[in-house]
Amino acid sequence: MLSGIPLFPEQASTLAPEVDALYFFVTAVTAFFALLVVMAVVIFAIKYRDRTGDRVGAPIIGSIGLELSWTIIPFFISMAIFGWSTVVFFHLVRAPDQTLEIYSTGKQWMWRFQHIDGQSEINELHVPLGRPVKVIFTSEDVLHSLYIPAFRVKADAIPGRYSSVWFTPTKVGEYHLFCAEYCGTKHSGMIGRVVVMEPNEHQAWLSGGGGLSMQARGEQLFQQLGCASCHLPDGSGRGPALPGRFGTQETLANGATVTVNDTYIRESILTPQMRLVAGYQPVMPTFQGQVNEEGLMSLIEYIKSLPTAGQPAAAPQAGGTAPAAAVQSGPR
Amino acid sequence: MSTTVLPRVNYLNVRTTVASWLLTKDHKRIGVLYMIVVALAFFLGSIFAAGVRIELTTPAGDFVSADTYNRLFTMHAVFMVFFVLIPVVPAILGNFAMPLMIGAKDVAFPTLNLMSWYIFVIGFLFTIAALVLGGVDTGWTFYTPYSSNVSASNVLLAGLGVFITGFSSILTGLNFMVTIHRMRAPGMTWFRLPLFVWALYATSLVMILGTPVVAITLFMVVLERAFGFGIFDPRLGGDPVLFQHLFWFYSHPAVYIMILPPMGVISEVVACFSRKNLFGYSFVAFSSLAIAVFGFLVWAHHLFVAGISPYSAMIFSFLSFAVAIPSAVKTFNWTATLYQGAIWWRAPLMWVFGFIGLFLVGGLTGLFLASLGLDVHLHDTYFVVAHFHYIMVGGAIMGFFAGLHYWWPKMTGRLYSNALATSAAVLVFVGFNLTFGPQFILGYLGMPRRYHAYPDEFQVLNVLSSAGASILAAGYTLIACYLLYSLWKGEEAGANPWLATGLEWKTESPPSPHNFEETPIVNEGAYEYSKREIKVA
Ligand SMILES: [Cu+2]
Ligand SMILES: [Cu+2]
Repeated sequence: MLSGIPLFPEQASTLAPEVDALYFFVTAVTAFFALLVVMAVVIFAIKYRDRTGDRVGAPIIGSIGLELSWTIIPFFISMAIFGWSTVVFFHLVRAPDQTLEIYSTGKQWMWRFQHIDGQSEINELHVPLGRPVKVIFTSEDVLHSLYIPAFRVKADAIPGRYSSVWFTPTKVGEYHLFCAEYCGTKHSGMIGRVVVMEPNEHQAWLSGGGGLSMQARGEQLFQQLGCASCHLPDGSGRGPALPGRFGTQETLANGATVTVNDTYIRESILTPQMRLVAGYQPVMPTFQGQVNEEGLMSLIEYIKSLPTAGQPAAAPQAGGTAPAAAVQSGPR
Repeated sequence: MSTTVLPRVNYLNVRTTVASWLLTKDHKRIGVLYMIVVALAFFLGSIFAAGVRIELTTPAGDFVSADTYNRLFTMHAVFMVFFVLIPVVPAILGNFAMPLMIGAKDVAFPTLNLMSWYIFVIGFLFTIAALVLGGVDTGWTFYTPYSSNVSASNVLLAGLGVFITGFSSILTGLNFMVTIHRMRAPGMTWFRLPLFVWALYATSLVMILGTPVVAITLFMVVLERAFGFGIFDPRLGGDPVLFQHLFWFYSHPAVYIMILPPMGVISEVVACFSRKNLFGYSFVAFSSLAIAVFGFLVWAHHLFVAGISPYSAMIFSFLSFAVAIPSAVKTFNWTATLYQGAIWWRAPLMWVFGFIGLFLVGGLTGLFLASLGLDVHLHDTYFVVAHFHYIMVGGAIMGFFAGLHYWWPKMTGRLYSNALATSAAVLVFVGFNLTFGPQFILGYLGMPRRYHAYPDEFQVLNVLSSAGASILAAGYTLIACYLLYSLWKGEEAGANPWLATGLEWKTESPPSPHNFEETPIVNEGAYEYSKREIKVA
C-alpha cells in the first residue's frame, strides 16, 4: 500500500540534491540516537522488571563522566549539523551574480509574474532549463510565501518589502507552486505551476505576445509621474541623479548609511521622507496610490538599467541581466 | 473491590455545595476546578481537530467550506494551546500536588490562586463568545497584517480572551514562585525538592517574564483593529514582521511552559517505578533552568524565511541547537535511571514510556527545523505540524496523563483499572504515531500547512493520518471511561498505593483540607528509594 509513496519530492534544481543530502544525514544521525535511547529503555524495562513492586533498585545517584559525555557529544554532533546546514542555507539565499530576474506580486489569492521582456502570467511561471533564475517579489495585501518544493526554495512575501528566491532548474517539467504562509479564505487555492522549458522553447514562449518591456514601462512612468524633472541625470536637479546609483552605499540625512536596493527605491517612491539621502531637501512628494506594485517594479528595473556615467546603457536584451552591483543577499 | 464510602473528612467531602467549590481557596480543589475547564476545552479542541481530519481525508475541499475549515484549525489551536497545553500540567497537577510535595498547607496566596482561576474562566468565556459568534480564522498565531487589517472574523474577542488568560498564567507563576521560596517544610532544602517542583519553578519564571509580552502584543493587535494604530500595517509605516518577533518572543518560551512541567512529572514517575534515585538529580534540575533561560533566545527560528538577515538567522540557528542539549540531557538521565532499577510496570510508567518515545521524535525533528538549510524547505509544511504535535501532544499531553495516572489515587482516593490504563497508553501511542508520523513525510514532500484542499498525490498519507486520529480518539475516550468509573467503583487507594517517597504520599488519600495533620519534617532527598530496608533487586 505504501510502496507507491515517494519519500522525497522531485529534485528539479541544482540545490535540491544538496538539501536532500543534508536531510538524509540529519535523518540518519537522529534515527541512530532515537534507536539508541528506545533500545536502552526497552532493554532496561524488561531486564530489570520487578513484578512485586516491593523491591528497590541499586543505589546509583549519577555519574559526572556520563553527564559530561552526553552533554558534549550531542553538542558536537549538533554543531556538525549546524555547520553543514548553514553552508546549504547560504547557497539557498545567495543568488549568483548573473541571474534571469522575474518580478512577482502575491495577493489574495494569486501570484502574478512579470517577465522583464513584458510577458506576464498568473499562477504560472515559465523558466528556462539550466539558467539561474531569481524571482523578486512582494505582497499587495497580507503575508504570503512563495514555495516551490521541487526546487526546495521558499520565502515569505511581505507587504512593503521585496523578498527573493533563486534556483537553477535542472529538469524539464511542471512543478507545484504553493503559497506556504496562511493568507485567508483561499490560501490553499493560491497555487499554480512552474514550467521548466528548454531554453529555445522558453525564448519562443517569451517572445510570443506580451506588452512593453519592464524597462520601457518604467521609463514611461518615470516621465509620466514627473520623476525626470527633479532626478536629472547629471545631478543638477533637486533630487539625486539616478544613473549608476543602484547597488551603491548612500549616507542618509541622519548619518546612517543605506544600500540602494529594490526595497530602498520602493520606499523612497512611497515614503520619500523616511530615509532621505544627505544633502537633499525633503521636497519629494509621496507617490502612494499613484503607482501600483507592478509599476514600482518597472521603475526599479528602469533605474537599475540606467548606465553609470561614461558607460553604455545595458542593452535591453531578452531576459535582461542584473548589473553586477545588484545586492545579492536579496532584500534585507 | 470496595464500594464503601470513604468515611474520613477530606478535601472533597468536607463541604459539598456548589458554592463551597466556587469560593474555595484550597489549592487541591482549585486544581480540580482547572481540570473541569481544561477538559471542556480539550473536548472542544478535539471536535475541531476531528473536523480538520475529516476534511483532509479527500483532496478536494468538500466536507466544509474554506472559511469554515480555516476557523476549525484556528479554534482547534486556540483552545488547545491557550486553554489546554499551557494550564494542563501546572494549573491542574501543579496546583494539586506542588504544595503537598513541599509539605505546605496551601500555596502562598490562596485567594489570588482562586482569582487566577476566575481570570482563566473569563478569558475562556471571551474565547467561547468568539466561537459562538462565528469563530476566528487567523490561525492561532494571529499573524499581522491579516489579523489586524483584513480578517473579518472575531479576532477582537479571541485576542482579548487570550490576553485575559495570560494574567491567570502570570499570577499562577508568581504564586508558585513565592510558594516554593517561602512555604517549604522544615528540612526541605532546594536540593531535596522533588524535580516536579524544580520544573514548576522554572516554568513560573517563563510565565512571569514571557506572558506579559504576548499579552501586550495581542492587545496591540486589538488596538490596531479597533482604532487603526498602524503598528503592524505597512501602509501606515508599520512593520508586519515586528508582530512575529514579539509573538514568538513569548510563544517559543511558551513551548517550555507546556513541556517543562510534564518533564518534571516524568522525573517523579521514573524514579518511583524504578525504585531508584533519579540519575543525575542536579543535572536534571538545572537543565530545567537552562531551558527556561535559553528558551528566550531562540524566537527568531520561526522567521528564517520571513526576511531576517542571513547572519541573524545563523545566530538563532546556533542557539536553537544549543537549547536542545538540556532536553537531551534529561532524556539520557531518565533512561539511565531505569538501569539496575526494580522496575514496576504500572500504568503511570507506561505513559512515561510513551512520553519518552514521542518526545524523542519531537525533539530530534526539532533539529531539522533548527537547521537553516532544511528549514527553508520545511517551514510552514506538515513537517512542522508533525514536529510540534509530537512535542505538545506526544510530550505535554502524554506527560500530563503520566501525572494524572500517578496522582489520581491521591486526588480521588480511588484506583482505576491498571489493565485498562495500560491499554489506553498503548492505544494513544499507536494512534498518535499513525496520525502524525505520516505528516513528516507529507511535509518533506512539500504539503503546506493550513490547506483546505490539496493535490491528489498527498491523499494516501492524509488518509492514514485521519485513521490514526480515530484510534487516538478511542484512546482518549477510554481514559475518560475508566477514570470516571473509578470514582464510583474504584478500589480504595490508601495513602501510598505506589509505595512512593514524596511527602504527598505521607498524608491520606484524598488528603484532608489542610493537607497534613502536623507539618512534616524532611531529612533526606526526594528519591531515597534504595535506602528502604527491603530486598534489593
Ligand atoms: Cu497563502
Ligand atoms: Cu520556537
